[in-house]
Amino acid sequence: MIKQWFAKTVSIALGVVLLAGCEPPTAESTQNGFRGTGMLQLEQPKVREAKVAANQVPAASPALPATPPYAKDVYQNVQVLGDLGVGQFTRLMAAMTQWVAPEEGCNYCHVTGNLASDDIYTKVVSRRMLQMTQHINANWNDHVGETGVTCYTCHRGNNVPAEIWFEDPGPRSAAKAGWRDNQNTPAPVAAMASLPYDSLSRYLLGDEEIRVIGNTALPSTNTSSIKATEGTYSLMMHMSDALGVNCTFCHNTRAMADWTQSTPQRVTAWYGIEMARDLNVDYLDPLQPVYPEHRLGDLGDAPKANCATCHQGVNKPLYGAAMVKDFPSLTVEASTSAMGQVSSEAASAVATSEAVDRQEAEGI
Amino acid sequence: MAVNEYQNIFTRVQVTGPAEEGIELPKGIWERQGTPFFSYWLGKIGDAQVGPFYLGTFGLLSLAFGLTAFEIIGFNMWASVNWNPIEFVRQLFWLALEPPAAEHGLSIPPLNEGGWWLLAGFFLTISIVLWWFRMYRRARQLGLGTHTAWAFAAAIWLYLVLGFIRPVLMGSWSEAVPFGVFPHLDWTAAFSLRYGNLFYNPFHMLSIVFLYGSVLLFAMHGATILATARYGAEREIEQIVDRGTGSERAALFWRWTMGFNASMESIHRWAWWFAVLCPLTGGIGILLTGTVVDNWYLWAVKHGVAPAYPAMLPATADPLMGAN
Repeated sequence: MIKQWFAKTVSIALGVVLLAGCEPPTAESTQNGFRGTGMLQLEQPKVREAKVAANQVPAASPALPATPPYAKDVYQNVQVLGDLGVGQFTRLMAAMTQWVAPEEGCNYCHVTGNLASDDIYTKVVSRRMLQMTQHINANWNDHVGETGVTCYTCHRGNNVPAEIWFEDPGPRSAAKAGWRDNQNTPAPVAAMASLPYDSLSRYLLGDEEIRVIGNTALPSTNTSSIKATEGTYSLMMHMSDALGVNCTFCHNTRAMADWTQSTPQRVTAWYGIEMARDLNVDYLDPLQPVYPEHRLGDLGDAPKANCATCHQGVNKPLYGAAMVKDFPSLTVEASTSAMGQVSSEAASAVATSEAVDRQEAEGI
Repeated sequence: MAVNEYQNIFTRVQVTGPAEEGIELPKGIWERQGTPFFSYWLGKIGDAQVGPFYLGTFGLLSLAFGLTAFEIIGFNMWASVNWNPIEFVRQLFWLALEPPAAEHGLSIPPLNEGGWWLLAGFFLTISIVLWWFRMYRRARQLGLGTHTAWAFAAAIWLYLVLGFIRPVLMGSWSEAVPFGVFPHLDWTAAFSLRYGNLFYNPFHMLSIVFLYGSVLLFAMHGATILATARYGAEREIEQIVDRGTGSERAALFWRWTMGFNASMESIHRWAWWFAVLCPLTGGIGILLTGTVVDNWYLWAVKHGVAPAYPAMLPATADPLMGAN
């Protein structure tokens, strides 16, 4: 009798423990493809509520007219935003403080009493980030649309955006055995799969081929390997994780490669990959000499951006709140002549001028 | 009480007696080793008698080569976490011995860049093949048919296709499967992705039919015998020619349920062929992938297998094509 009671209790307890790992059956599904293709997104209402709450944007102060005096005439060493009226300029500076350094205030970037000084590295970085923001809004409409980005898209009130990445050296192996080919360990970038852990370096900094599936039925010119496919798979896991969506948000998984069966979001995502690579190569990686050591990665590389940097678990960052419409100066690229005026005294500005040189060489 | 005996997943009745020593073997081969003994707990799931064992030349060599492969794989996994025992246990399912990179082709790479993988595969293959010979010889010397050996050979075929034949045809060891739990699953997923969705591979379809079919037949047969064991139907063969036996009730059950029944002999042929055809057809499907067909989805479209769905999304085009 006692034995049976014990067996029943144990099996019920075991059942409860096993079920505790399940999600409640409250997930809402949204169909985004033809019936039967399994193209749907699942979301728990509670998770969505939490995400919506975490993605509220700060209100913008009232806009000001672009009237003289201009910032370049009032302040010294204004390289990017000199054509703004002083009022507009100050308003943007205040917004940036709220977005990036709400606790530290102006002195997070500026030397007290000498606003023009480039002695604090954060000022050199933020100048370059301003140029990057303008560059995104002016040139990457294919990805950011009319919504655009501001500092807040990534920073969200943090000095350093919560989601950045460094090159992943992987766990240390022994000397003569244990070669892992950059995989076979829980990879944070690939949702802890044993897929390659270096996919961001390979695809969002380097330009390794992502398209591994052949477009002919029979073998022709496509020589992509299975290992290359694992790399692509790792990147896709990152994208899925970063956007809080599954594969079918973009793909009809019966034919992953086929664009005609994909959703329009796949095209947006494709430009997103191109954009992230552009930003990492031209803006973020070259800032490496500017940063103090504690801002660098294990391999001494600069912090870089991936899909999660802006998206932070939401397929449209900040649920599509268009903040940049209140700050039109962030939507046009400042002229290169203004950017050329890099103070030679600022020792830490080396990287910036290098980047500017490259931009000039490329005719941007 | 007797009714409940056979509803238990464990064997409830254990018959004990003098140990079964088996038939006389020809002279000149190894003696069976060890004194047999009885285990009550093993008797719950199988025969309570343990031993004597027969190792033999093939058995010993197979174990030695198998252990070598096992050690190469295990020590490489351990080395990959820099000999940290805690990380070895924590990450065990993630760890693997990885085949060489694509650029090495079919050449022999440095030991720590896939060379260990080649060695492990070599030893494991020898071990498996020796075990097959052992299986074949044991069957022959007991006067049995060699069905078990040939069923095992079907599994060896799939193993060789995955790790040797296909990589050789593709010209690269990198195409082969890593030795590791999650990594070999990742390989499987990547394999299907790279070659345009393996579910459109007709031999993969057949393999699934035989896999699920095996499961179904196994469940039907196991359930049938357990259900009629109260009439002694687990003694299938001796009941085959008589009327009114447990076996006949089993036959009646299926004939009344679905109008047709396998015989006590033919059900085992069904099971054997389904089980054997699973890796056999699967192996063919793997072998054709990449060598003969590059994109199974497009192949299926070409041959009218994959349906076209009505468009319900805005038309989407490759942005790379648009840019050109």
